[in-house]
Amino acid sequence: MPAASLPRWIDTGVIPVLNIALALIVSGLIIAAIGEDPFAAMAVMVKGALGYQEGIGYTLYYATNFTFAGLAVAIAFHAGLFNIGGEGQAYIGGLGVGLVMLALDSALPMVLLLPLGLLASAIFGAAWAAVPAYLQACRGSHIVITTIMFNFIAAALMVYLMVNVLIQPGQMSPQSREFDVSGHLPFVHEALAWIGVSFARSPLNVSIVWAAVCCLGLGAYIWRTRWGYELRTVGHNERAAVYAGVNPRRVIVITMCISGGLAGFVGMNEVMGVHHRLLLDFTAGYGFTGIAVSLMGRNHPIGVVLASLLFGVLYQGGAELAFEVPGITRELVVTIQGLVILFSGALAYMTAPWVARIYYAVKPRPEPAVSAA
Amino acid sequence: MEDAFVFTVLTANATVRVATPLILCAMAGLFSERAGIIDIGLEGKMLGAAFISASVAAVTGSVWLALGAGIALAICLALLHGFACITHNGNHVVSGVAINIMVSGLTVVLGIAWFQRGGQTPSVGPDARFMPITLPFADVLRDVPLLGTLYSGFLSGHNLLVYIAFSAVFATWWVVYRTRFGLRLRAVGENPQAVDTAGISVAWLRYRAVLIGGLLTGIAGTYLAIAQNAGFVQNMSAGQGYIALAAMIFGKWRPVPALGACLMFGLLDAVAIRLQGVVVPGIGEIPVQLIQALPYILTVVLLAGFIGKAVAPKAIGVPYVKEA
Repeated sequence: MPAASLPRWIDTGVIPVLNIALALIVSGLIIAAIGEDPFAAMAVMVKGALGYQEGIGYTLYYATNFTFAGLAVAIAFHAGLFNIGGEGQAYIGGLGVGLVMLALDSALPMVLLLPLGLLASAIFGAAWAAVPAYLQACRGSHIVITTIMFNFIAAALMVYLMVNVLIQPGQMSPQSREFDVSGHLPFVHEALAWIGVSFARSPLNVSIVWAAVCCLGLGAYIWRTRWGYELRTVGHNERAAVYAGVNPRRVIVITMCISGGLAGFVGMNEVMGVHHRLLLDFTAGYGFTGIAVSLMGRNHPIGVVLASLLFGVLYQGGAELAFEVPGITRELVVTIQGLVILFSGALAYMTAPWVARIYYAVKPRPEPAVSAA
Repeated sequence: MEDAFVFTVLTANATVRVATPLILCAMAGLFSERAGIIDIGLEGKMLGAAFISASVAAVTGSVWLALGAGIALAICLALLHGFACITHNGNHVVSGVAINIMVSGLTVVLGIAWFQRGGQTPSVGPDARFMPITLPFADVLRDVPLLGTLYSGFLSGHNLLVYIAFSAVFATWWVVYRTRFGLRLRAVGENPQAVDTAGISVAWLRYRAVLIGGLLTGIAGTYLAIAQNAGFVQNMSAGQGYIALAAMIFGKWRPVPALGACLMFGLLDAVAIRLQGVVVPGIGEIPVQLIQALPYILTVVLLAGFIGKAVAPKAIGVPYVKEA
């Protein structure tokens, strides 16, 4: 890899920014191609996402989902696994929360339902990831393919459950009944009102606090524990890990369970935090956005948070843009997301040789050390 | 008896209609993956081709221009995939996912910009679609019992792209197993070092493989847009690219078994609608969703090694970096 010879600040700073810039330039060209002004569009997006309280609330609400989904992809990447099944794990995680709330919301107070909901989403999400993980670890089935298949199986299962089992009787659309108030996560505007701060209404809820906790916890897990060390060893070289006394099978299953649990929290944010009922398609592609977020953030929790915020701005700003400019739809954001995955992921090192050429033109290459092979 | 036979013919026709894009995509994936390039992007290439062919058909009214445009776009996307995976040693899965997501957004963005119909293209008339072809003597032989019904009811009366799809299976088999190119293709997916040592360009072989994949997915997309349907609607490929991928794995990366898997998945889809609400004695009512999920479940079971072992080409997904 040519980037390996570059200093760290270029590899983790300049090149990622360059890749995002390329993705945004191509996006701008697309906007120009459909006859709109890219700079005006960008202004509308930024204003819509950050210009007023409700917009900020929506931006942070989207960013919460992307942080969970991005962390899920990131931890799997560190173990050399590609978890493409975040969408299905989030869906099933949401199912777990929904089932607990439907069963217990009239019996228990909020203080008990909150940890139960958290646990249910993590366990259901982890269980949905555990099967592909087991198959990868013990039967050698490729995890990319099995997690894709599990996304579709989750979708079919949810349609079956919502249409036939969990639908509120006497209703046409496949939705469950609404949870009691004790089964609602407090919105941030409600929480702020308790301490006397007024903030515009938005779907932003206290899940965002949990997302921050997850970021810190995951960073500590990956870089500060022996499990994290084992995980990174497996990711770098599975055979070497075996010689070091690590059991890769166990690491694969544990890592995927953590990953699935994190994806499950997207379901918690949506079901317990926003909709307060079970319904279809509440994951809305957030699991796939997690891939873009993780790649953009270089699989690091801080990077994931930054990328989530950027995607939050894109989603909320994109909605505003679609509302303001009739020729543009929300799918523009999906296109930008695809371009980000392309440039930050698949073509991540395309620019490296050019950057290296410019860098060494400015600063002469140091003499290689004698011991260097 | 006669009724049962007619019912079978009808179901078989429905199966063929559903299976055609799966077959084309499965063969596309087969070329690519046999050469060592993972092809998650079948879905995106097919969707992109469907959009462009429907647009061109709506504007020009020519099926041939539409087919050409569909193929051209799918080939461009295949080249992009090749550029990322072969030239820049990028992650094959990431590149495929990027293409799928990008296309699913871009087709709607451009659809609205070009036609202002909420992402759909204008529906096209029979002149701008691939219409059923009646084979010679089909009308005359219609009244001959069994064989006549089989000929005029099942073999005849499909559109050109259906016949192309089935021919593609045997063409694929012949190219992969009976030509020098096919031998090298299989070799580059198993052991690229050996191919390189023999003085053959690994990159050029792999580029040719993804180009063939682009050609076939282009035909598949055109089939969706202007043969099976009469225009493009948002996300009309609806996961069929992934089912085709599953079918190819189910066929263990071999053309004829992959065809069998495509037909089986097509049959499941065709009967899923008919089985809605039917009570099977001893089991009860089978949920339609279960039948729809069956291709995915079966693929997972197969990959788990419970019904035979599906072994991928050895060098699949591994970038080939020439030793300095």
